[in-house]
Order: sequence, then structure tokens, then C-alpha cells
Amino acid sequence: MKIKKILPQLLTLLFLVLIFGFFTMNAQENMDTRGIEFGFGFLKQEASFDIQFSLIDYDGSHSYARAYLVGLLNTLLVAFIGIILATLIGALVGISRLSPNYLIRKTASFYIEFFRNIPLLLQIFFWYFAALRLLPMPEDAPLILNSSFMTIKGLYAPAPIWSNFDVFFITLIIAMIIIFFFLRYAKKKQEQEGKQLPILLISSCIFIGFPLLTFLIGGVDLSFSFPVIRQMSQSSYTFDGGFKIPPELIALTLALTLYTATFIAENVRAGIQGIDKGQKEAAASIGLTPSQVLKLVIMPQALRIIIPPTTNQYLNLTKNSSLAAAIAYPDLVLVFAGTAMMQTGKAIEIVGITMATYLTISLGISILMNWYNKKIAIQEK
Amino acid sequence: MTKVNLLKPDIKNLSLFLTLGTLFFSVGIIDFYSNNFLNINITSFLPRIINFFTPLIFAVIGLHFIRIEFSGIKILDNLNKNINTNNFNAALSASILLLIIFALPPLLNWFIFDANISGDTKEACTGGGACWVYIKVWFNRFMYGMYPNAEQWRINVTFVAVLVFIAAGFFVPTKFKNYLSFYYAILLPIISFILIYFIISGGSFGLVWVETGAWGGLSLTFIVSFFSLIFCFPLGMMLALGRRSDLPVVKYSSLSFIEFWRGVPLITVLFMSAVMFPMFLPDGTYVDKLIRVVVAITLFEAAYTAEVIRGGLQALPRGQYDAAKSLGMGYWKMHIFVILPQALKLVIPGMANTFLALIKDTPLIFVVGLLEVVGMLNLAKANPKWLGFSMEGYVFAGIIFWIICFSMSKYSQNLELKYKTDR
Repeated sequence: MKIKKILPQLLTLLFLVLIFGFFTMNAQENMDTRGIEFGFGFLKQEASFDIQFSLIDYDGSHSYARAYLVGLLNTLLVAFIGIILATLIGALVGISRLSPNYLIRKTASFYIEFFRNIPLLLQIFFWYFAALRLLPMPEDAPLILNSSFMTIKGLYAPAPIWSNFDVFFITLIIAMIIIFFFLRYAKKKQEQEGKQLPILLISSCIFIGFPLLTFLIGGVDLSFSFPVIRQMSQSSYTFDGGFKIPPELIALTLALTLYTATFIAENVRAGIQGIDKGQKEAAASIGLTPSQVLKLVIMPQALRIIIPPTTNQYLNLTKNSSLAAAIAYPDLVLVFAGTAMMQTGKAIEIVGITMATYLTISLGISILMNWYNKKIAIQEK
Repeated sequence: MTKVNLLKPDIKNLSLFLTLGTLFFSVGIIDFYSNNFLNINITSFLPRIINFFTPLIFAVIGLHFIRIEFSGIKILDNLNKNINTNNFNAALSASILLLIIFALPPLLNWFIFDANISGDTKEACTGGGACWVYIKVWFNRFMYGMYPNAEQWRINVTFVAVLVFIAAGFFVPTKFKNYLSFYYAILLPIISFILIYFIISGGSFGLVWVETGAWGGLSLTFIVSFFSLIFCFPLGMMLALGRRSDLPVVKYSSLSFIEFWRGVPLITVLFMSAVMFPMFLPDGTYVDKLIRVVVAITLFEAAYTAEVIRGGLQALPRGQYDAAKSLGMGYWKMHIFVILPQALKLVIPGMANTFLALIKDTPLIFVVGLLEVVGMLNLAKANPKWLGFSMEGYVFAGIIFWIICFSMSKYSQNLELKYKTDR
């Protein structure tokens, strides 16, 4: 009986050791013959390449470690925007699929069937190489909303110029903390006295009002620098001032959002449909209004079904953002596993670091969502 | 004639309200149409912001008038029930209708009426619409990549042969039915590999050798996804069983394998197979690019397959395991005859999604320099003779992938219904 348990484990172990041993030995030998040394010292060297779009201060004189950070931040930026937009669109489309209105229902399912069945890479290429290329050149671009220009070279929007930004930021955080405690208070009050406070109204008042006050008394001031067109040469124009969003970022965000939203929409639909009809009827029979039924009875239960698969979609979106490399948006893969690897030739270290980074992000999001999932799970007695 | 209350349409003045409603609705549509396609704005005297919404307002008023309950007209009742239950719904329906009117004619014009398909140079495209000539000229490249034109029949022959071998499984006599999974899991990949190796790759039997770098287009998509599909399924099954095993070494090695591959993006895996993998092999050994790619995609998708199958295994009630054990079945017997057949039925939708994801991931192999459809498109787009037709190319590839993926998902839904057993 015991041999039956030990033998398979020994075999697995042997197999793993052999494979890893084989690979390590070969790698050692190959690196020796080619004169490459294993090590992470290169991270401190000067990178000497430029990155088109960076959230932090960066130029060629900074180190590879800094270039890595730029790439990582760009990846996180796309993932962050994408997750928020995809959640909004996904929830909207998912609910629309259950609408009693025939046209809305069909439009929602048309959207889902259309976007989920086309490879993401193709969609990114479509937006970047075909759709966004139809936009006008800077000199012909019309003014949108009296402030921005949508051109083939990207979106030029007014850039905010803050004075005393730190005061504003701290007030914002304080406002959030107050809202947090207010929500706890409101929940307690509802549980004890059955009274519902207008939560949304009050918390949005706090959220907007507090930071607004700082403009009056805190010395915070906000002005905008508008993009202004400037002729660079005979036929080339550019914009001065303002805030530029490169077309790569727009195309990538559009494609990621529209693609992932279809999956989130299906999750939302399945979640709402997964709730027993009796729940809705019971809630209605004790006199709750339709919006209360959705908010207090259906959604809290549906979220338990929706969240686990949606977490997976968030992870997928983050990982799919690596397709940025295909349209030269400087994300982690392009900057680090692309340019930096070409220059240093440290294939093993760089691919290793890149993979480890994605693994960390993935595990981080999973842990966070597992924690949230556990929090809202049914507390069975 | 009874009193008419315009705010509350009722059945007593049915014909009046119907006329009014149709009138308002048509005015809305006509206004919208003339605005957008004839450049005549019949409501230009209104302020701009109201003017923009006039078609919508007219249409909603029209829909409001025909919202009469139990009118006795079947079509009207159905219409009201489905798209016109209240003003909010009416507004949404009207905006969707207007959007369709807005988008459909330009799209149709681009696709069909203004498009060009005759001729075989760029100059033949004189219309304002799509230039399907481009697709026509490049069609062979999009299907077969850089494979020599004279040899393309070899790819067709191989594909037909493989299809025949796949279909053969459906027609075997009942007494061989038990060996079907063996056939699909082991024999078919070997047969297909031999066919592809000897016919597509060539080099013997008087066929010219064509290196894998020249393969491409849609046929490469099929080759890569076919092999990855076939291999990732058994591997995923082993991993799923491993993850649920009682033996700690087996369990944790499967677990870390799955979590590792699920945690990294495919593009880095392909990077690894391209630049890192050769470092791990003895000096001088060369593994073909295509094989490396297939192995990388297989390992990657196997992790996802494993998770899907694990979901099915977990969904089975404990009683199934206990019953099998009480019949004296061992681990393998229990899984092969009792657990897996039931679990696999449960995971059909999940498996279909994984397979679809695999097919949609194949364009990524451009990272290692293999050009399937999307890669070929990017190559064709950069050709100086054919600049400026990227839109047509992407639309064409999009349609192809859409048809493949959509039919696969419909097929999986059918399978799901077919194998649904009541519990």
C-alpha cells in the first residue's frame, strides 16, 4: 500500500530534477561557450534608449532599472483604465441583455457575439492601423469641446496646472475616509432602526464639496494649458502645451476594453440569471421597490456569482495588455523584453524578470479578489 | 367622438392616435434621414442643441401615441410589449433605430455598392468603397503564406486527408467505439504529423522541401491550433487529476505548473520559446521554430484546460467517488470509467471557451517570426504597391476569424444540449 503512494511521487520528483538539471547544465555550458555571465548587474547600467511615452521622468541617461519601471507603469496604466472601462461597459451590456426591450436585448447580444469572436490582436491592429489612421492630420483637426484635438498623432487635451496640489490631494483622501466612516454609520443605522439614509447623495456631496472648499480657502488653484498648433516645417505641424495621449494607448485601451467587456457582460448576465426567481418575488411581496429589489436583494447575491469569473477577466486583461508590443506602445514587454534585451543580450534574466513581474501582478490581483470574494460570501451558520 | 386626451392615448380613439403616432414617428425618421444624407435640415430654426435631438423627440412622441394597451391589433400589441413599454424604453428603442439608419447605408456602401472587385491592380479601385481587389490579389498569400504557389495543392491535399481521418471516427462500427478516444488522442496526432511532415514539408518522394518559415496564412493558423488542441487536452487532464491528487509532490508540482502558466502572458511565453529556450538545449541542437511554438502554446493552454477540467471534477458529487470505490475500483479505473466521462460532459462549455481562446491566440506567433493571417496582413500592408488598404485586410481577417469562432461556439452549444443528462 505504501509503495503505491511513494512510487509516483518519487517518479515525479525524478522527472522534475532531471528536466531542470538538464536545462541548467545546458544553460551553464552555453553561457560559458558564448562568454555570457549570469547576473543582474546590468540593471544599474545606462539604458541609452528613449521611450516615447512615460509617466515618470525618463531619458536615455537613466538606468535599465528605471526603464523597467517606466514599462511597468505603462502596463499598469493600460490595465487600470481598461479594467474600469470594461467593468462599466460590461455591467451595462450584461444588464441590457436581460432587458425586456427587444431591440436593446438584441443590440447587446450582437455586440457580445461580434467582439468576442475576433482575436484581440486583430482588433488592436484594426483600431491602430485602420480606424485611427482615418483621423485628420494636426493642421486639419477640428476643435472638440473648444479645448481638444483628435488627430492622427493622438489626442491633445488641456493639461491641468495645479498650485498647491498636495493640499487638494490630502483633502481628497480625508473626504474618502469620512465617506468610509459615514457608510459604516449608515449601515449600522439601517440595521438598528431600519432607516435608509440617502447614501449616494451625501457621500457625493462630501466627495465633491470638501475638495471644492480647498479652492476657496486652501489656496489651491487649477488652470489649464491648452494645446496650440505650431508649424514645425513646410508641411509638418505639431501642438505645443496641453496633454498628449498617444494613439497607441487609445487603440490598445479601446480594443482591450471592448474585448474584455463582452466577457464581463456574460458574467454579469449569468450572475443575475443565476438568482432564483423566488428571491425577486419574495422581495417584491414585502413591498420593496424595483430598484430596491435590485440593490438589496438581487445584486448582493448575484455579485457572489459574478466576481470569481470577472477576476479572471481582469487578470486576462492585464496579461493581454502585453499585446501592446505589437503596436509599439512602450509597455513592459516592449521596453524590457524587447529593446533592453536586444541591447544587453541577457535573455534569461530579462525574460525571467518579465515573467516574474506578470506572475506577481496576477497573484496580487487574485489574492485581492479572493479576499473580497470571501468577505461577501454567504456567512453560513 | 369622445374627448381626446393627448397625454393618455386610449383605445376609444385608436385610429386617431395611430395616425398621429405614425405621423410623428415618420417625421422623426424623415428629419433624421434628410439631416444626415441629404444635407437638408428642416428644423434648423431651432437652437442647435434641440435641433440635434429633434428626430429622437419626434420619434418618442410618435411611440408615445401608439402605446395603447389591448388595442386588439396583434402587431401593435407585440410592438408595444417588446420595444415600447414606457417612455424611457421608447427613447432607447428610437435611438437604436436611428443609429441603425445612421450606420447601415454608409457601411453597405463601403462593403458592396461602392466597392471594387474586378481587375487586379491597385488602379482598378476607383470607387469610394472597399477595394476587394486587394484581397483577391493577395488571397493565396493570406491562405498559404509564403508557400510556393505551385506547391499549394499539397496543403489542400493534407488538410482534406486529415479531415477524412477525423471524420472516420464518426463512422466506425459500434464494436470499435471503445477505442475511439485512443484513436483521437494518440493515433490521429501521429497520422496528421506524418502527413504534414511528408506532404507539406516535403523533401522526399520527389516533393520539394519547403521550410517552415515559408508556411503561413490561414493554413498555419489551422496547423498550430490543431496540434495545440490535440496535445493540450490530455496534458490538461493529467494536470487536473494531479492537482486533485492526495500525493503532496504530485499535487504541488501540478499546482505550481498550472499557476505559473496561468500567471504569465502568452507573448512572454513565445518570447521565451524564441530566445530563452535555445539556451537550455545542448549546443548544436536545433528545434524547429514551428515545433517550439506548438509546444509553447500547448503548455500554456494545458494549464487553462486543467483548471476547466478541475471545475468539472469538483462539481461531481462525492457519492460518485464513493460508489466507484465501493465497487472495488482503483484510482485509474474509477477515473476512466466513472469520474471523467461525467466530468468531461460538464465542462463542454468551458472547454469550448478554452479552445476558442487558443484559436484567437494563434495570431500572436508573429513574435517569433511566423506569419499566419494577421501577420501576412501586416506584411501585405507594407507592400509599396498596395499601400493604404489595411482596413480591407483587417475586415477580411476579422470576418474569417468571426466565422470560425462563431460556428465553433454554436457547435459547442449543440454538444452541450446533446450530452446534457438529467441529474
